[in-house]
Amino acid sequence: MPKILLLGDEAIAQGALDAGLSGIYAYPGTPSTEITEFVQKSKYAGENGIHSQWSVNEKTAMETALGMSYAGKRAMVCMKHVGLNVAADPFINSAITGANGGLIVVSADDPSMHSSQNEQDSRFFGKFALMPILEPSNQQEAYDMVHYGFDLSEKYLIPVLMRITTRMAHSRAGVVRRDVRKQNVAHLPSDLRQFVLLPAIARKRYKHLLNNHPHFITESEESPFNEYIDGTDKSIGILVCGLAYNYLMENYPDGTVPFPVLKVGQYPLPKSMVERMADECDEILVVEDGYPMVEELLKGYLGRGLKIKGRLDGTIPRDGELNPNILAVALGKENTFGLPIPDLVVGRPPMLCSGCPHIDSYGALNQALSILPKGRVFSDIGCYTLGALHPYEAINSCVDMGASITMAKGAADAGMIPAVAVIGDSTFTHSGMTGLLVAIIEKSPITVLILDNATTAMTGGQTSAAMGRLEDICKGLGVEEDHIRVIRPLKKHHDDFVQILEEELAYQGVSVIIPRRECIVAIDKRMRDKFKTKQTATP
Amino acid sequence: MKKDIILAGVGGQGILSIAAVIGYAALEQGMFLKQAEVHGMSQRGGDVMSHLRISHDEISSDLIPFGKADLIIAVEPLESLRYLPYLSRDGWLISSSRPFTNIPNYPDIEEVLDAVRAIPQHLLLDADTMAKEAGSVKAANIVILGASAPFLGMDFELLENAVRFIFTKKGERVVDLNLKALNAGKEFAEIHQRN
Repeated sequence: MPKILLLGDEAIAQGALDAGLSGIYAYPGTPSTEITEFVQKSKYAGENGIHSQWSVNEKTAMETALGMSYAGKRAMVCMKHVGLNVAADPFINSAITGANGGLIVVSADDPSMHSSQNEQDSRFFGKFALMPILEPSNQQEAYDMVHYGFDLSEKYLIPVLMRITTRMAHSRAGVVRRDVRKQNVAHLPSDLRQFVLLPAIARKRYKHLLNNHPHFITESEESPFNEYIDGTDKSIGILVCGLAYNYLMENYPDGTVPFPVLKVGQYPLPKSMVERMADECDEILVVEDGYPMVEELLKGYLGRGLKIKGRLDGTIPRDGELNPNILAVALGKENTFGLPIPDLVVGRPPMLCSGCPHIDSYGALNQALSILPKGRVFSDIGCYTLGALHPYEAINSCVDMGASITMAKGAADAGMIPAVAVIGDSTFTHSGMTGLLVAIIEKSPITVLILDNATTAMTGGQTSAAMGRLEDICKGLGVEEDHIRVIRPLKKHHDDFVQILEEELAYQGVSVIIPRRECIVAIDKRMRDKFKTKQTATP
Repeated sequence: MKKDIILAGVGGQGILSIAAVIGYAALEQGMFLKQAEVHGMSQRGGDVMSHLRISHDEISSDLIPFGKADLIIAVEPLESLRYLPYLSRDGWLISSSRPFTNIPNYPDIEEVLDAVRAIPQHLLLDADTMAKEAGSVKAANIVILGASAPFLGMDFELLENAVRFIFTKKGERVVDLNLKALNAGKEFAEIHQRN
């Protein structure tokens, strides 16, 4: 088959389609979004009834995929690393229940925080859950690992975690496809109590998982993705995980490394290979994107055993994404550098688009709050988080999906009245609704702005689960009708908007204000799509 | 043949289209390619860059090491300077001279252009005006690509074919004006090289 050019994300999606996927479940999150979008755009997926609609959040995605696996079909769940926190409950427990149809969980980490609030390492979650983990070093491996991962999942009836990073997700390279495999026929688990985690059953299931662990290690030792490449100079052995292998090889253009290299793409670590390196080499350099997980494991807390170099002893920086230069320095090679950046070069941070409805919302909010002491606006994750920056400087927090409402409630409990929450429509349905219910039950004096731009904007304009439902949801949860206020955020409505805000800020209970105007990027995209359809319709 | 290219600009200026054209041309020749892109948050009017590596031999890293880029291709002059640490000693910097001023503290444009002119091997061109002459200011990115053509080490025809392929969905008019833009950029570079 000829090579096709795919992003790492797209390679995973294509791999899943070719390996007999029946459903993909996800909430958009950079850098994982394009996996699901690829399946959504796939004609093959459409024709073969492969589910690809967005989930409301990562927890529902994980659980729905587990349900599909229970029913015997192959499912994939995709999320960004912090999404795995949201899905942690079903994720951890899915290792105990096990799978039926093949189940792969893809978590995309973001070392250097290109588009995230932290750089947590999903491999810890895999280890925590005692699940096998796959970590590709290139797009071809990403493609091949999906097929392999589904097989592994169905062999041991265990979900498999696939960990990628931003660089893998958003880098393009040629990929060779395999033949397409059929979807599974639906079939029940052989034991109908497998998924019933009552303590008596869970204890058995947990033992079963523990008993499988040595098998997982054997699988890693025999895996095509783990390789011991011998070298003549045993003064040091190099253990590289995932993409780190490429940065190592970039420093040896002829393809020969003088030292033994252990290339790791599957966990738990291949024990016999690590033992060989420990026996043969004087010391080991561990190179891994993310946290020093393998390094800590080999070093031990007191570091009195093997001589291990890596992020913990400063051979490699403790945080941030790896690159070829970091490897050059770690290997004692000459570092390279071009020209310095001239002093006049200033930063160009991302900003709200000209014409963005959030600009009008922040304009009104800032004016309405100008009479009160600063520092009472709790916000959330989305384009509107850019409201923290100049010239708005309108918000004081951004922690995790949905935290705006609950933090505002906590601040109000502490006497900060009124406290304000600013959350987007999609973030609200993701994780804001339960927090709002908490505030309603206690009649907390908070004012919640649900900025409704009718899309999931920051990740590129995916469908919002809140579309057409916001007022009903708020009413249903118990917000009083008089205190659900909708306004179209435009310059000409500025004074009305400020007045609504002043009225609701003064109310000693829960108010919800919904500034509603479609994201201008989404309108633009919608118009272009419409134009395209029109053009293709006319011969 | 191996070329390591940094593409630079501001979100929405079309650096990924430049990458797509070069990438298509490279694949047509059976070359290997790796291209690291920026998606997500930075696309909202922030600085964007892409590492594009093409080679007849297999490529290891998705990222170009510092000091190893053969070319910096920029559609905005301030952005062209941001990635100088990647430029190799004998590398070329090709940039549009037209500033994109969406930040309040954008430095004095003459100082920015002087900093570009201080790079030993540079090519600075008013891509917007040339694109307008070709039919649309939107093709400024393709003008810059054309100006980079002599440094890419591939037949110009391959780039023309790639432009045809990439823009064919948008209709004949768009293809034609982009081909014009590509040629205008190339001619500028050739004249500059002769002088």
